[in-house]
Amino acid sequence: MAILHNKYRQFTAARAAALAGLLALAACLGYGQAVNSCLDCHSAQPGRLEVTPEKFSQDIHAQKGLTCVSCHGGDDSNYDPDQAMSRKAGWKGKIDRKQIPQLCGSCHSNPAYMRTYNPSLRTDQLDQYHTSMHGKRLAAGDTKVAVCTDCHSVHDLRAPSDLRSTVNPVNVAQTCSRCHSDAAYMKQYGIPTDQFAQYSTSVHHDAMVVRGDLSAPTCTTCHGNHGAAPPGVDKVQNVCANCHAFQAQMYGKSSHFKAFQDKGLPGCVVCHSNHGIHMPSDAMLGTGPSGVCMKCHTPGDHCDRARADILSNLTQLDGAIKQADQSLRLAESSGMEVSEARLSQDQAVDSLTKARVTIHTFQPALVNEDIQAGMKIASANQKAGQDAMVERNHRRIGLGICLIAIGLMLVGLWLYIKKLES
Amino acid sequence: MIASLIRWLDERLDLEGLIAPFKHKTVPTHRFSYWYFFGGVTLFLFIIQVLTGILLLLYYRPGANEAYESVQYIMTRVQFGWLIRSIHAWAANLMIFTAFVHMFSVLFLKAYRKPRELTWVTGMLLLFLVMGFGFSGYLLPWNTLAFFATKVGTEMAGQVPFVGKAMMIFLRGGPEVTGATLTRFFGFHVAVLPGLVTVLIAMHLFFVQRQGMSVPPKIEAEWIENPSARREMKFFPNFALREMMAWYVAMGVLGALAAFFPWNLSTKADPFVSAPAGIKPEWYFLFMFQTLKLIPSKVWFVDGEVLGILGCSMAGLLWMLLPFFESDKAGRSKAWITGLSVFALVYVVGMSVYGYLAQ
Amino acid sequence: MCADQIPPHDASRRRAIEIFLGGGILASLASFLYPVLRYFVPPAVIDLGGDEVVAAKAGDLKPNSGKIFRFGSHPGLLILASDGSYRALSATCTHLGCTVQYRSDLREIWCACHNGIYDLNGRNVSGPPPRPLTVFDVHERGDEIVVSRKREA
Repeated sequence: MAILHNKYRQFTAARAAALAGLLALAACLGYGQAVNSCLDCHSAQPGRLEVTPEKFSQDIHAQKGLTCVSCHGGDDSNYDPDQAMSRKAGWKGKIDRKQIPQLCGSCHSNPAYMRTYNPSLRTDQLDQYHTSMHGKRLAAGDTKVAVCTDCHSVHDLRAPSDLRSTVNPVNVAQTCSRCHSDAAYMKQYGIPTDQFAQYSTSVHHDAMVVRGDLSAPTCTTCHGNHGAAPPGVDKVQNVCANCHAFQAQMYGKSSHFKAFQDKGLPGCVVCHSNHGIHMPSDAMLGTGPSGVCMKCHTPGDHCDRARADILSNLTQLDGAIKQADQSLRLAESSGMEVSEARLSQDQAVDSLTKARVTIHTFQPALVNEDIQAGMKIASANQKAGQDAMVERNHRRIGLGICLIAIGLMLVGLWLYIKKLES
Repeated sequence: MIASLIRWLDERLDLEGLIAPFKHKTVPTHRFSYWYFFGGVTLFLFIIQVLTGILLLLYYRPGANEAYESVQYIMTRVQFGWLIRSIHAWAANLMIFTAFVHMFSVLFLKAYRKPRELTWVTGMLLLFLVMGFGFSGYLLPWNTLAFFATKVGTEMAGQVPFVGKAMMIFLRGGPEVTGATLTRFFGFHVAVLPGLVTVLIAMHLFFVQRQGMSVPPKIEAEWIENPSARREMKFFPNFALREMMAWYVAMGVLGALAAFFPWNLSTKADPFVSAPAGIKPEWYFLFMFQTLKLIPSKVWFVDGEVLGILGCSMAGLLWMLLPFFESDKAGRSKAWITGLSVFALVYVVGMSVYGYLAQ
Repeated sequence: MCADQIPPHDASRRRAIEIFLGGGILASLASFLYPVLRYFVPPAVIDLGGDEVVAAKAGDLKPNSGKIFRFGSHPGLLILASDGSYRALSATCTHLGCTVQYRSDLREIWCACHNGIYDLNGRNVSGPPPRPLTVFDVHERGDEIVVSRKREA
């Protein structure tokens, strides 16, 4: 058996055979279609060299009329690999990771060029990328960081608005987690790798993925996408403020703002966490496991008393609303008319919601204002429910009178019958 | 003054001649005579239903977008609307109950024997129609429970082989339960069923008046042995006055129920919400519902539900024809029918309780 | 027994029966008829409150302003836009249920609780609200502005 020591010759032989067959096939199938020798060959390549026409047809670049040659150079009309992938034909080969941003930017940072495809697309991605952690580290020689193709995928790159795209809002966290949740991969950087796990338990994740609210925040909302970097410990509340305007305003004017700044604490994150942000509850003002105040404050001091004050007020209003609800439900199921009071309950709940926002002023007096407004309404509604029950009881008096009349009648009939039959 | 009015009418219409046979009507009195009241009480409750039903008609609006609100309006805004509606709802349940009691008492007292077969048949038809009243009326407030109960109930009707689908579409006014079903049920409830029931009641009462009250075989035997033990009571005024007392008691019970246990309204039906868990029909359908639930989903090659429905229908039909299986010799009755009656009572009561307690 | 000589205790017995029977009939019939007669009188509030409600009278609202009205047991928002058209929507914010209001400066609907903003078509355009507000139909009937739920099959 002749053993070919020269692997290249073996490879060439195999290639020639495959090509001959493919040529025949292509000639039959591809008659009349645009010739793309790259795809024709590479759809039969193993592993990472494989790019099928099916896959590539999903790519938005392909859909816009660009081909393999647009990025890789070469000659896609030629089935001879030596000629198709030659320096003379401008063949670039596999693009080196360090070169990828530049390559993508060669079109995507060219406004005049991009205008001919989609005038509303931004063209500053490359500039942004250079300011990001990924961009800076890449410039310093670290090729482990993300480049364009890591997030956007390659050869089946979809527009971000496509739900199957790796950079569609619902998929962004998953994409980031490919590296950032890989403890082994991230070891040398010394940053946590639990962000995705934490985010998956958060109310933002729930809003985005479970309830389908595409405006909910994902990694890139707070960290930026192309210019991805943490916002900075003292700037966290600016980021949160984009959606949570009132809380941020109140916090900004409160005592805690300066206190946290001076200590270099990350604002909102101190109480609400950064990635695993859960639905806040009144228990956060408590002294139990979800209590946040006592992480810094001493029990018994002025702040602890303020905390207890706020918590008791909130609990009071919550209880009053529930009580009024119960009273109204009882009246309703007895058939009494209490829809006016039911409407007014909404207002009481409004006050409670407002009060929970006012917590961020950290002033019990202000929170109490909202609470008292709600208490008035809730007690009035409770009274309405009770009044309805009193009215219901009046009906029983009417019944009593009726039963007496019936009793009278029954006695009369009985006596009459007795008389008749005596 | 009333006497002179009666005399005036009698001169023109010969009222005396009309009521003459009733003056002689007697009711046998024995230890089972109290059961005789139940037919009359059922009739009384029917009259109450007609009267309260007419009153409700003044304010009720049929139609998916107004029915619930109009019932709520009656309950909360119309003066004594709560009373009329609750009486209507309670009397409906009481009427079905007394109808069943009446049927079982006739069964055990063997009043269905010759010559009273037709009375039994019309009575059974009335029982079916009265349950139809219950089923159609239940949907009219258009609340969640009623909506799903109707859905399940009409679905079962659709399981009957061959005619089931057509029957279901006829009942629902379409393939699904919608506002069209509500309108249709309203039509059945206030026009079709009252018409049919009135005719049947007239026939039923005519038969009873013509043939007089039946005496149970045991009592009959006792009286044959000892003729002096035979006791009778004049219908007018003795039995009638006692019946009046029974009616007054029923009235009192109704008022108490309406005031202490006002009928609930619950929430408005929403066709797009999924059915609440553990949906059950009203109590008078429970024994059939529970039976269906106990039948395995496939018996041999026949679908369990179809078998159950056909079985129930067959049972109903045979029950209606029961008098024709009974011995027509005077004073004699077949033992197996007594046994079957006991079984039927135990079954209906037992299955109803089971169905009520089951999850 | 001679009819003209009724023993005293029998006479008092008959009186008793008369009282009970007569009184009973009157009392029971009265207690049945009273509710029925009251029932016939139509209540003051004719409106069913379910499907349709008179939200305001023409002239109540100035252009570019809004008002909260009651629709059943939930609040509704009636807006007279600056172009003269009436809009009516549910006033319950789809985020956490606060009652929204019309902001004439923003010309949009705003929720004071968490700064949610809806446009005049009810679409949630900014802030936490996840869904738009339910839009109602508005008709002008004479000088009444009538709001009704959108008709469904």
